[in-house]
Amino acid sequence: MTDKNMNPDNKSRRKFLGATAAVAGAATIAPGVTLLSVAQAKPADQEVSSKNRWGLLIDTSKCATGCKDCVDACFKENSITRTNHPRSEKTDAQWIRKVDLRNKATGHVVSLPMMCQHCEHPPCADVCPTGASFKRADGIVLVDKHICIGCRYCMMACPYKARSFVHEETLTQNENAPRGKGTVESCTLCVHRVDKGGMNPACVDACNANGHKAMVFGDLKDPDSEISKQLKQYSSVAIRADLDLNPGVRYRGI
Amino acid sequence: MKKIHYQTLEGQSKGFYGLIFLLGAIILVSLGAAYYMEHNGHWVTGMDNQIVWGLPHVFAIFLIVAASGALNVASIGTVFNKAIYKPLGRLSGLLAICLLVGGLIVLVLDLGRPDRLIVAMTKYNFKSIFAWNIILYNGFIALTAVYLWFMMERKMNKYYKPAGIAAFVWRLILTTGTGSIFGFLVARNGYDAAIMAPMFIAMSFSFGLAIFLLLILYGYKWADREVGDALLNRLKNLLGVFIAGVLYFVIVYHLTNLYEAEHHGFEKFILAGNSIHTPLFWIGQILLGSLVPLAILYSKLGRKRGMIALASALVILGGFAQIYVIVIGGQAYPLQIFPGYEVINSSFSDGVAYHKYTPTIWEFLLGLGGVAIALIAYVIGNRVLPFMPTSLADEVVDPHATAK
Repeated sequence: MTDKNMNPDNKSRRKFLGATAAVAGAATIAPGVTLLSVAQAKPADQEVSSKNRWGLLIDTSKCATGCKDCVDACFKENSITRTNHPRSEKTDAQWIRKVDLRNKATGHVVSLPMMCQHCEHPPCADVCPTGASFKRADGIVLVDKHICIGCRYCMMACPYKARSFVHEETLTQNENAPRGKGTVESCTLCVHRVDKGGMNPACVDACNANGHKAMVFGDLKDPDSEISKQLKQYSSVAIRADLDLNPGVRYRGI
Repeated sequence: MKKIHYQTLEGQSKGFYGLIFLLGAIILVSLGAAYYMEHNGHWVTGMDNQIVWGLPHVFAIFLIVAASGALNVASIGTVFNKAIYKPLGRLSGLLAICLLVGGLIVLVLDLGRPDRLIVAMTKYNFKSIFAWNIILYNGFIALTAVYLWFMMERKMNKYYKPAGIAAFVWRLILTTGTGSIFGFLVARNGYDAAIMAPMFIAMSFSFGLAIFLLLILYGYKWADREVGDALLNRLKNLLGVFIAGVLYFVIVYHLTNLYEAEHHGFEKFILAGNSIHTPLFWIGQILLGSLVPLAILYSKLGRKRGMIALASALVILGGFAQIYVIVIGGQAYPLQIFPGYEVINSSFSDGVAYHKYTPTIWEFLLGLGGVAIALIAYVIGNRVLPFMPTSLADEVVDPHATAK
């Protein structure tokens, strides 16, 4: 992502490549239910629009305890490297993390990935003094690294602890995901892949590749998208639904 | 009441230069600490992705809150027409600006990108209370400077009351903004409460006056000028009222939380937990910072100047403890991301009982630098311009003294 791609004022730069909806490798598990589909791409000359809202549906019953392929894929895709600092588990960036939960009343155990929930009403963007935290028209919540002053107020505001502060110099960088010491960052929903059209975020592809197929990515506003169909058919929840932030990431099985 | 004369500090003594040298040295070391933190990145501090605001923010917020409160003495004179407070108006305005500048410098130097200060000054998201605060802080400095100018320049004297009223209203809005930094946070159990705004206003009255009282007591002693008991009695009684005011808001805040099941975990963590925050709250904030000063100020002990100074110092320490518990304690209690579930495994400390925070020397030095900047600005201000009345003796300041 370049500066212009990150800046909400330059939406025209964020054009979808790819052609029409490319549905690849869809696997049917039940009548009318397919496990994976790839997001519909927009024509290349069309800017990001609020006609789309990108989201994820995570089926915790398929998410394996101990598996962290989604995390590894994210770190590789966005060049997030581990440091050997004394408290690295607390200072290293974690755009996505695996969490295992036990229901206090029933003892039921689930495993799930946590990342930026790409809220419709993101508290991080509300509190950001410079507007560096912002939500794109298509619902993806991002940080403009060029105007982030590193105040960390967004980290205070995020109910999901989805954001990380870059605590050190970043030595290796992926051109798609610039990172900078002293700024805040979080899951971009692999916006560089989404904008190309027809591509899933790296975590979703990794989950599919290992056969768990616990994550579905797609357009929440397209009633024919796989994610919309599944959301309509099955019960799902938003984490901290009580806050009414309407996150774009939904979970099944919790 | 006699005519009040103001005079700059002589500033020739060894003590004066010694103080300037000491404060200057602290500031230099503090700037070095800030450079070290910025150069290496924040991993060298005790802060991390769980405790994102640390000791520098405790210092900065304390100084900013105290700054708005320090202006109170001037406001009581100008807005509420209490004659005995009027001679203190200049010192009150000066101290308010100095404390605010000290706090803001700490805040800016702790940013991940302090070099982007210009971005913070030019790009505003007006939905952010932080963005409003940037305007409120800068406006406060400007407005208080004008207020001081109107107070000190005879030709402008006739305008000083409206300026004083404007500064008073502005400072109330400013502290509302500071409290709302926490009040507007929906995510965290200890925040998300409208009472934060008035509680911070009460805190500002108390902390600001405590600092002001200490500086009057020792400033006048060192400058070999007189302060009368009439004025000190007023100020120390007022401090007592402010301490009680803060206690009131603290009690209402915790009672409300204790009533609501969703906050029980947080209240247990603060009031009866096994972290540093519990003793900081009960011993630091409540006992030493509130009850002991109240007992001193409203008993015979309060007639002794040393005891008034002790009570003021305790209010300052208690205030630090209070802000530490609010800022750090509020983050140390883990986010309740999955209500109804217990976290049995997470790579990001989701399941811990509480997040530990051990500040490093760098954070402490940076914060201390803010205090030193405020003090050196106050001392130099008094050296170059006549802020200090030559005497605050009873017969000078007390309108009823002659009638006695």
